[in-house]
Amino acid sequence: MSEAGYRIFDIKRYSINDGPGIRITFFFKGCPLSCIWCHNPEGISRSQTRMYTASKCIQCGACVHFCPSHALRIVRGHGVVCDSGLCTLCGKCAEVCPTKAVEMAAKAYTAAQVYAEIAKERPFFSASGGGVTFSGGEPLYQGEALPELLDYIGRAAEKDGYRLHRTVDTTLFAKPELVREVAHRCELFLVDIKVMDSEKHRKFCGVPNEVILENVRMVASEGAADYLVRIPLIDGVNSDDGNIEATASFLASLDRLPLYVELLPYHDIGKNKHTRMGTVYNRDNVPMAAPSEKTIGNALGIFKKYGVPAKV
Amino acid sequence: MTERINMLREQSVNAEPSLTIERALIETEFYKKNDGRYSIPVMRAKNFYNLCAKKKIYIGDNELIVGERGPKPKAVPTFPELNCHSVEDFKVLRSREIQHYSISDREIEKYKNEVIPYWKGRTQRDRIFNHVPESWKSLYEAGVFTEFMEQRAPGHTALDGKMYHMGMNDFKAKIAAQLAKLDFLNDPEATDKQDELNAMSISCDALILFGHRHAAEARKQIAKIEKALAGGPAFKVTPFSGETQEDAYRRRIKELQDIAEVCTRVPEEAPRTFREAVQMYWFCHLGTILELNGWDAMNPGHFDQHLAPFYEKEIAAGTLTREQAKEYISCFWIKVNNHPAPPKVGITAKESGTYNDFTNINIGGVKRDGTSGESEVSYILLEVLGELHILQPGCSVHVSEKTSDDLLKAACKVIRLGYGYPSLFNPDTYVKELVRQGKSLEDAREGGCSGCIEVGAFGKEAYLLTGYLNVPKLFELALNNGVDPVTGKQISIATGDSREFRTFEDLYAAFLKQLEYVVLEKIKVNNYIDRMFAEYAPATFLSVLIDDCIAKGKDYYNCGPRYNTNYIQCTGLGTVTDAMSSVKKHVFEEGRYTMDQMLKMLKADFKGYEFDRQWIVNHTPFFGNDDDYADSIAVRVYDDLFKAIEGRPNIKGSCYHMNMLSTTCHIYFGKVLGASADGRHATLPISDGTSPSHGADTHGPTAVVKSLGKLDQSLSGGTLLNQRLIPQILKKEEDLNKLGQLIRAYFGLGGHHIQFNIVDTATLRDAQKHPEQYRDLMVRVAGYSDYFNDLCADYQEEIIARTENTAF
Repeated sequence: MSEAGYRIFDIKRYSINDGPGIRITFFFKGCPLSCIWCHNPEGISRSQTRMYTASKCIQCGACVHFCPSHALRIVRGHGVVCDSGLCTLCGKCAEVCPTKAVEMAAKAYTAAQVYAEIAKERPFFSASGGGVTFSGGEPLYQGEALPELLDYIGRAAEKDGYRLHRTVDTTLFAKPELVREVAHRCELFLVDIKVMDSEKHRKFCGVPNEVILENVRMVASEGAADYLVRIPLIDGVNSDDGNIEATASFLASLDRLPLYVELLPYHDIGKNKHTRMGTVYNRDNVPMAAPSEKTIGNALGIFKKYGVPAKV
Repeated sequence: MTERINMLREQSVNAEPSLTIERALIETEFYKKNDGRYSIPVMRAKNFYNLCAKKKIYIGDNELIVGERGPKPKAVPTFPELNCHSVEDFKVLRSREIQHYSISDREIEKYKNEVIPYWKGRTQRDRIFNHVPESWKSLYEAGVFTEFMEQRAPGHTALDGKMYHMGMNDFKAKIAAQLAKLDFLNDPEATDKQDELNAMSISCDALILFGHRHAAEARKQIAKIEKALAGGPAFKVTPFSGETQEDAYRRRIKELQDIAEVCTRVPEEAPRTFREAVQMYWFCHLGTILELNGWDAMNPGHFDQHLAPFYEKEIAAGTLTREQAKEYISCFWIKVNNHPAPPKVGITAKESGTYNDFTNINIGGVKRDGTSGESEVSYILLEVLGELHILQPGCSVHVSEKTSDDLLKAACKVIRLGYGYPSLFNPDTYVKELVRQGKSLEDAREGGCSGCIEVGAFGKEAYLLTGYLNVPKLFELALNNGVDPVTGKQISIATGDSREFRTFEDLYAAFLKQLEYVVLEKIKVNNYIDRMFAEYAPATFLSVLIDDCIAKGKDYYNCGPRYNTNYIQCTGLGTVTDAMSSVKKHVFEEGRYTMDQMLKMLKADFKGYEFDRQWIVNHTPFFGNDDDYADSIAVRVYDDLFKAIEGRPNIKGSCYHMNMLSTTCHIYFGKVLGASADGRHATLPISDGTSPSHGADTHGPTAVVKSLGKLDQSLSGGTLLNQRLIPQILKKEEDLNKLGQLIRAYFGLGGHHIQFNIVDTATLRDAQKHPEQYRDLMVRVAGYSDYFNDLCADYQEEIIARTENTAF
């Protein structure tokens, strides 16, 4: 197990969109991809991230006063501004902030602590068929520590007398051996497929996609865990017929179809998080837009044509 | 919705609430003539008979279910024998901005000349306020508690299934048999019982007369329509689309013939048809609210269970269609909406300012034998609730382990519409509550909720809410040695200077002393008030309908019911928990502040201490987050409230119990409370029911219900949990299932009640203005959900735009 513990930047209870039933979702810090539309950009970096919410700030100056690196100052109209060149991410500012306008995204959890949080939600699992979802960031970026954790929580639940439903929400950008290990320790994968063309994938997500597609193929054929596919549908990136056709035909060619494909129409909500991180969303101004109803309907039609169940 | 229902609904929604002095005039004239001629119960019964004989009978255009308490819809009578409104009261009531009631100068003048002089000094309110000690008054005026019965009669009950098998003639026969059994040789109470039973019998006659007068009015209208058809003056019958006026007249004649037939049958005899059953209930309902103005109106109890046999029989026989049944139910629904609460004055108006008179239709639940009570009628009731979208009646779905997922889902669908209805109750818990209080298992199962969240044994219990207790105010008194910091007056006992307390336990001990003192002060006066009602204001008609009043020969207010319960409703568990958690942590454990500093901050309402207030708000474990630090304080306070109240004898051979509802009283209680140690500013509302404080719960609904699940809810007579969700969270079909699963899980943890607000744009706007009061507001953003206030302004705007699309 990771000695420093697992770096988790958020825990959501009553999570109802990340697998069956009522779930608790853990967001792991660190992701090998850097999709330009990322909803959770604070999850990309493996190290600590400082988040600042201006609307919560009362400009009391406590953080400025206590910052050992003199990285902070109050700028009229902007609240507290951080010089990232000076900031050492020590977290002192978050410690003294009365309003929690400043927060350090990552908190370390041991496996036992992760399970303790899961166990709190147990009353909601049996009624709903819910369980835990590991998301991120990229949970597989934890390496060997992830299967260890899945094992640990599975055994702990068994000891407490129930079977825990474990879902892993992943890009599958990982070594196949690791994917295989995880597949044997979870019940469901939520797999993101973004763009079929590897060059485009590299352009939008920072990495090529051959590994991802091979891993999808393996998950489908091995059958250890169920999987469903989620596609962020974005005009300008992947909503064109060519890409949808390629995705659908790829999925149709697999040994086992996904439970279904879920289309997630584009949303530029990541902007909000970038503002809090003090970074810029879509730095290169890649044109991206939400798909029209027509485009969505068209995409659904294509999946149908290939016999791949899909919904929005 | 049929054209008829649409029309009646519009009329009801648009009718302006008004005051009618009709009842007061008839009653005053009767009392002037007859006071002293009869025993009090007989006098009350004759007064009721006289009201039924003389009040104007109203049958409106195109109505099918008939009867109004006043001369027209939404006309609310006064009850001068309880609380005689002054000229000033009327002027306030007609001019205040919200919940106003119109009344003309001429009527006020008439009231001033004919009603007020007679009742001055003779009302229940006068009797009570002449009696109460100064120590009680100073607590009452400071808002430490309220007193329900100072201007409305104790009420709060719901009816069982008797009236669907027994007409008023059958009740009279039962009363006669009881009269024949009276033992004048050995029973010193025999004469009193005779008076009471005679009074009940007169009350039955009154209701029969009331029914017959509606039949007569229907026939009168038929005659008028026939004249109109023969070329005489027009009579108002609104044609439905495609109908000529003549068609409408002919249709209406048939309808009025049916009304006449129904009202000749019920309430005199037991109903035979679905329609007669609905009309039977409505007459009984009107009787009870015309006789007196019992708190929280009246309640049919398990309406679906009562109507199901009629429905099933008639559907099988082909004499009723589902659509007709739905139309009768809709007519009934609108009737309830036509009856706003009688207006209150003074402090009671502040703590209960609403037109809602809290009739609460119970759907589902369990039957006396423990099986599920749901039927097709349950679904019809839910459909009507969703379609009519009107203030009254309230509606609750009772979800036991036996209840089907289908019914729960149907309820969730209506919840999704965003009206805040229906609320959800857990019979598996409240049966435990009622049995713990000494009810038989069958009577407990037949019970349910009347009014807000309080439960009782329907048709067999007087469960009187006596008033709200401002629990955070008790903690404030403990912090201030019995002095009300708002006024500087010593209003309670001295329990020590909190600056000298060494541990949190010292402070908590002072809180317990304040609690005990205040509860006893309240009960002393309540017991007196109970006697005043038993002596002076017997409810002789209601007594007919509640077991075992006839068998005992005793009134509803005088130990007649099988069960006689008094409740004290404790308000502000969330706020008091959070305030205690803050003092415990920041003063006694971490020493961040001395008690003196804390008191200074509270006294200053945190003015000049915003940094510290923010620190407290963001660094204190609060109730509702599944955090044992705070939750254990909540459990402790809850258990101690129980110990302070439970088992204190009332004077009806039974005792007081704890209840945990607040209705709207948490707003009034907040107004009289200084700043609290949880960072709440002075005068802001305290937490409602057993819900977490506004914005204190930041970990989502599962954490909230986990926290609430730590309270042993079977100790109370009801807890209340409000949850706010926004429409995005209920967008998909499977989201409804998940909401249902959340409800089931809470009930599995022993929850008593939960209700959901699916918020609208106005609330979201307010959330932008006052973000800290809405910290728990969760929104579905894209592939995930987030807290509304964690989003920057642009995204909030975007969510607001989307919400408008998804709201109903």
